[in-house]
Amino acid sequence: MNGADLIIKCLEKEAVDVVFGYPGVAICPFYNSILESDIKTVLIRTEQNAAHAANGLARVTGKVGVCVVTSGPGATNAITGIATAFADSIPLICITGQVETSQLGSDVFQESDITGAAESFVKYSYLVKNAEDIPRIMKEAFYIANTGRKGPVLIDIPIDVQNQQVSKFRYPEEIKMRSYKPTVKGNMVQIHKVAKEVEKAKSPVICVGGGVFLSDAQEVVREFARKHQIPVVCTMMGIGVFPTEDPLFYGTVGNNGKPYANRALKEADLLIVVGARLADRAISNPDNLMKNKTLVHIDIDPCEIGKNAGAGIPLVGDAKHIFEDLCNEEITCEHNVWNETLNLYKENMPKKRTPNKEYVDPAEFIKKLSYAMEDDAVYVADVGQNQIWSCDYHIVKKGRYLTSGGMGTMGYSIPAAMGAKVGAPDKQVVAVCGDGAFQMSMMELATLKQHGIEVKIVVLRNNVLGMVKQYQHFTYKDNFSMIDLTGSPNLEKIAEAYEMPFIRLKNMDGVDAAIEQLLQTEGSVLMECLIDPADLV
Amino acid sequence: MKRKVFQLLVDNTSGVLSRISGLFSRRGYNIESITAGTTADPEFTRITIVASGDDEILAQIEKQVAKLEDVRDVKELRADSSVYRELALIKVKVDAAHRPGVIALADVFRANIIDVSAQGLIIELTGNQDKVDAFINLLEGYEILELARTGIAGLRRGTDDIVYLKQEEE
Repeated sequence: MNGADLIIKCLEKEAVDVVFGYPGVAICPFYNSILESDIKTVLIRTEQNAAHAANGLARVTGKVGVCVVTSGPGATNAITGIATAFADSIPLICITGQVETSQLGSDVFQESDITGAAESFVKYSYLVKNAEDIPRIMKEAFYIANTGRKGPVLIDIPIDVQNQQVSKFRYPEEIKMRSYKPTVKGNMVQIHKVAKEVEKAKSPVICVGGGVFLSDAQEVVREFARKHQIPVVCTMMGIGVFPTEDPLFYGTVGNNGKPYANRALKEADLLIVVGARLADRAISNPDNLMKNKTLVHIDIDPCEIGKNAGAGIPLVGDAKHIFEDLCNEEITCEHNVWNETLNLYKENMPKKRTPNKEYVDPAEFIKKLSYAMEDDAVYVADVGQNQIWSCDYHIVKKGRYLTSGGMGTMGYSIPAAMGAKVGAPDKQVVAVCGDGAFQMSMMELATLKQHGIEVKIVVLRNNVLGMVKQYQHFTYKDNFSMIDLTGSPNLEKIAEAYEMPFIRLKNMDGVDAAIEQLLQTEGSVLMECLIDPADLV
Repeated sequence: MKRKVFQLLVDNTSGVLSRISGLFSRRGYNIESITAGTTADPEFTRITIVASGDDEILAQIEKQVAKLEDVRDVKELRADSSVYRELALIKVKVDAAHRPGVIALADVFRANIIDVSAQGLIIELTGNQDKVDAFINLLEGYEILELARTGIAGLRRGTDDIVYLKQEEE
């Protein structure tokens, strides 16, 4: 038994059933040992996408996603994927091969200081110097990745450590870490205070973020809001905590959100924020916004509290525990007038669009696509105009909406959708991207084909980098620079090359049939929707 | 394994300390202590590093450190031609009855008592590392509650071989 065998045994102990990766000499012992295991392997086509795929899997399963790449360029390629997971607090284990221990620091072939390079994008990292340490390190790594504020953990393992002979495997039962003890249960004094504030409030609002999913608190947050009829808004990462058409739900906040959601935030006298950072895209001027209200900030990470907005009532802990406690509080409250006011705002403040009939209207298309999708389907939006249209018009029923919220990494949707489908094979998975992002990850069509992973891909094509174009339209008065995607391939031929069914939708004629065809055709399908390059979000 | 003391004169830029400590961790060099503080000219920082390794590693350390853009000058501070000092603050648990014994010990080492409370006192000691080690060993019979050591700062003896950065640039 060698170090590589130990790593595999640890992955088995952690109930990992698939790893996404790319080999190289420095990780070959690992990929040799994995042949003896039932753990599946998915060979992605570039390392960044291994991390995105693990990210998609983690988000739909609640488990830790695992990616395994080689040293040097393999490891550095993965950094953007690791950083993407870090920004959205997604639990990942990224195992990187490394050159021989004795050669560390000597700039040999394919050596990179990956623990150093990835330092600001990981929750923690290890450089393993002795195979005997592998079980302890793996146990700790999974624990760190998937507790507290979740995030990626990197484990760098030199090839000689993978080859090192060891006599026995014993996986630690318990974790002994003196310096890492995340708070789980909320302080009861603070919880009583929140209950009091809810009783007092005339216009309460709950704003949910991605942290609600990370603590698996969707159900209990819904229960609490419904019990007291408190209106709910969300950040982009919190889309799907509430069904889009729930009568208590008032949309996504932020500069690209719903006007009535922002108005609800503004006029609330009690704002309960849970699992959200209140970063610039969600709330542009927090100090001003918080003036007329009590802010209750619930987060597992004490650093988030007071970082962007000073909280009246800080409440550190796991959202699920805290809302379970909140549900047990005796609260009598009454704010019907407020809810009715918000309903009026919702009716009277629609976003106005004047779609060009010669093209596909992305708003209408996304709505129709959502209604046609299965109730518990996973919708993965990329980054750019497609992300904002998706955020605005996708109707979540019981499914999930995934996107790269914090980092805004283009090319996220296809590999993340791939990981989501591998993690939840029974669910319908749709990836929606622009033609810019598509070309950043279209190499993964091969992976989908090779491993028989079924993802419905929609490319909103306008032959420009639409989000940047829109920014240049407003900020630089149409002085367009670097946004022209001329030279992009004919997607029908791309689909043909990968032997994938292809659908092109030129305008809204026949949209329903096209969506039907996309969702009902077996296997992965590539669909292209032609979008007006002048269209704005 | 040998031990060497390096004196660095670096530009006082943000992140300079992390560039230097990053170099050590990236290349797997052992660092025993590192101290830093601005010089008489606030544009520059003087850093004293104690590193260990074999001859080749120590030679590499000197060259790799010198290669960093922020580093103006690197010198080895040899024990025979340099002075080193370390500051240690030692909080000892001691009641009033046993206080005189500790104070007498501190006097021998020319250490100062800088805080006294009912249950303990804080001793301030400056000296080379051997002296600090020796003093801590002598306190064996007492309970050390807290210990803070700065790592050494050092300068070469005499006035030869001084780098005047401003003149050099003019």
